[in-house]
Amino acid sequence: MVNWLGFERRVAIRFLREGRMQTVLIIVGVAAGVAVVAYISALITGLQRNTLEKTLGAQAHVTVSARDDVVIPAREPAADTAVLVQTQPRVQRPRTIVNWQSLVPVLEAMPAVAAVSPMVAGAGLAQRGEASKSIALMGVDLDRYDRIVHLRSKVVQGEPRLGPGEGIIGRELADDLGVRVGDRISLVTGTITDSLRVTALVDLGVRELNRRTVIVPLRAAQSLVGLPGGATGIDLALVDVWAAKALAADLSQRFPYKVESWQEANSQLVSALNAQSVSTALIRGVVMVVVVLGIASVLVVSVVQKQREIGILRAIGATQGQMLRVFLLQGAIVGAVGSTLGVLLAVGLIKAFTTFVRGSDGLPLFAITLAPSLALSIAGIATVCGVLAAVAPARRAAALDPAQAIRL
Amino acid sequence: MTRLIELVGIHKSYNLGLPNEAEVLHGVSFAIDRGEFVALIGPSGSGKSTLLNIVGLLERLTAGSYRIEGEETSGLDDAGLTLRRRAVLGFVFQFHHLLPAFSALENVTLPALMREGRVTSAQQERARAMLAAVGLGNDMQKRPGELSGGMQQRVAIARALVLEPPLVLADEPTGNLDRASSDEVFVLMRRMHAELNTSFLIVTHDPRLAARCDRVIELVDGHIESDTSTGATG
Ligand SMILES: Nc1ncnc2c1ncn2[C@@H]1O[C@H](COP(=O)(O)OP(=O)(O)OP(=O)(O)O)[C@@H](O)[C@H]1O
Ligand SMILES: [Mg+2]
Repeated sequence: MVNWLGFERRVAIRFLREGRMQTVLIIVGVAAGVAVVAYISALITGLQRNTLEKTLGAQAHVTVSARDDVVIPAREPAADTAVLVQTQPRVQRPRTIVNWQSLVPVLEAMPAVAAVSPMVAGAGLAQRGEASKSIALMGVDLDRYDRIVHLRSKVVQGEPRLGPGEGIIGRELADDLGVRVGDRISLVTGTITDSLRVTALVDLGVRELNRRTVIVPLRAAQSLVGLPGGATGIDLALVDVWAAKALAADLSQRFPYKVESWQEANSQLVSALNAQSVSTALIRGVVMVVVVLGIASVLVVSVVQKQREIGILRAIGATQGQMLRVFLLQGAIVGAVGSTLGVLLAVGLIKAFTTFVRGSDGLPLFAITLAPSLALSIAGIATVCGVLAAVAPARRAAALDPAQAIRL
Repeated sequence: MTRLIELVGIHKSYNLGLPNEAEVLHGVSFAIDRGEFVALIGPSGSGKSTLLNIVGLLERLTAGSYRIEGEETSGLDDAGLTLRRRAVLGFVFQFHHLLPAFSALENVTLPALMREGRVTSAQQERARAMLAAVGLGNDMQKRPGELSGGMQQRVAIARALVLEPPLVLADEPTGNLDRASSDEVFVLMRRMHAELNTSFLIVTHDPRLAARCDRVIELVDGHIESDTSTGATG
């Protein structure tokens, strides 16, 4: 409809243009507020996504393992006796997941699950000549494991293969042992010794991991750890990483295994991210309140300044509703124009951030972008805030006694 | 025949119920018919503006009856009053009567804009003709601040008359003008009255102008002191 709010639009725009300085100042204020909110939102979103990608890129979303060994009392105590016992917690040995071969297809069939990788983990020593390093041994199927942690993309040297007698080791471990791709090392666990040829070096993103990791075929690990045919864990990758907690709870209900989500494995990280989100929400809330108060105070002043004009408009036939809408519209216009400028400003800030803030390698620290949906929702919220801020002044304008206003 | 407006026993008190309560109008009665040209005179503080604002539906009366075209107005709510104001009334005030942010032409098209949300080209033409008729054909795009007092008042008259209301209320329309401009404005109102058969109720302190109206109502201390036809023709 062409003439929708035609009168209100015309008058609102004229009033804003007439109060030049006030209008410019408040629009700049709204723009600054919106820019801060948009920039912080984009920054925190980028930062969190980056942190999560780094964390989840190197580990499974959900891990299944055998339940911890517990001491089971030898005999049920009689009903009317209390038993005082002191038990030593049991030593946790590597234990296999009972029946893991039949569990894998069940897990694979679940729609939330993207990939399943059984593995055998254990500790040992890697030796080459005089050098001997303690290692974390991992036996996996390369294709399956790749879908969990994208191992192939982390290879820094060599051609990743896990044929019999082959292995992949961390970059720092290779340095410590002085081996290159194609060299052989010995692995020692307890009484068993095996040897493998290094096919590739990987960088898992954490130096400590690179210094300890040795990845071998599942079968080799089974015999080194002493669990022929066994698996100490099953790694899962999920379609939606945020479904991990619920899925873990569900699985540990249904199966007699220990199931851990990445959130539980990284509880400190998760609570840090939560704290970050809460602070961002707080900053956003405070900025929005300041924006609303700013718009409201400018409009309150404007209503007082324009009493006479309001009185004249009422005398020549403007309704209370029209006066109300004239001021609501001013709030909406200030909110919309201010937030458009604010979003542009935020885009500029983000560009500056990605251009000037670089890591030691000269690459941007992490990708931050202002998603169009986020920009739109921020602009929408700011416009709604503008209207809300205008409610009190607009009601004042509508309730103004025209006779009094004209006598001024 | 129903009168255009009819006031019977109008009382108006300010600050009702407060210690400084004051009755300004003490039972005022009169009526105006279509096509009358009436002056409202009286000493300062006698209640002329108050009475005009009551007639203009800008202020509510405390007691009495006010009918417009036979319809009682005292029970109407704000929306009802605004509708009657739109249908029946045009206003000309002493000063600060135009919207400073709008050009002369826009001021004259405002009544149409607020009624329909837009200004048709016919209404635009009508507003131009109106401004030309009041002698401002060359100043239509100027803001009120760029016009003299007399010119501003002529814009206000054009705005009051553009939708041809049956009654125009003017509160000291020449009170701020020098003698020459004040004569011009008065002559213009008489001419519009003759052309459109619009009724006028004009508050004035100028006895010369009052003598040139068809009828003079004199208000003293909240009472109608006299109500006489002059037989004048402008
Ligand atoms: N809003 C108000 N509150 C209280 N008293 C008021 C108010 N408006 C007007 N009055 C009083 O009512 C009386 C009449 O005022 P009004 O303006 O109608 O007089 P007037 O005849 O128009 O005077 P003037 O010729 O000076 O314009 C005055 O005593 C004035 O002080
Ligand atoms: Mg007065």
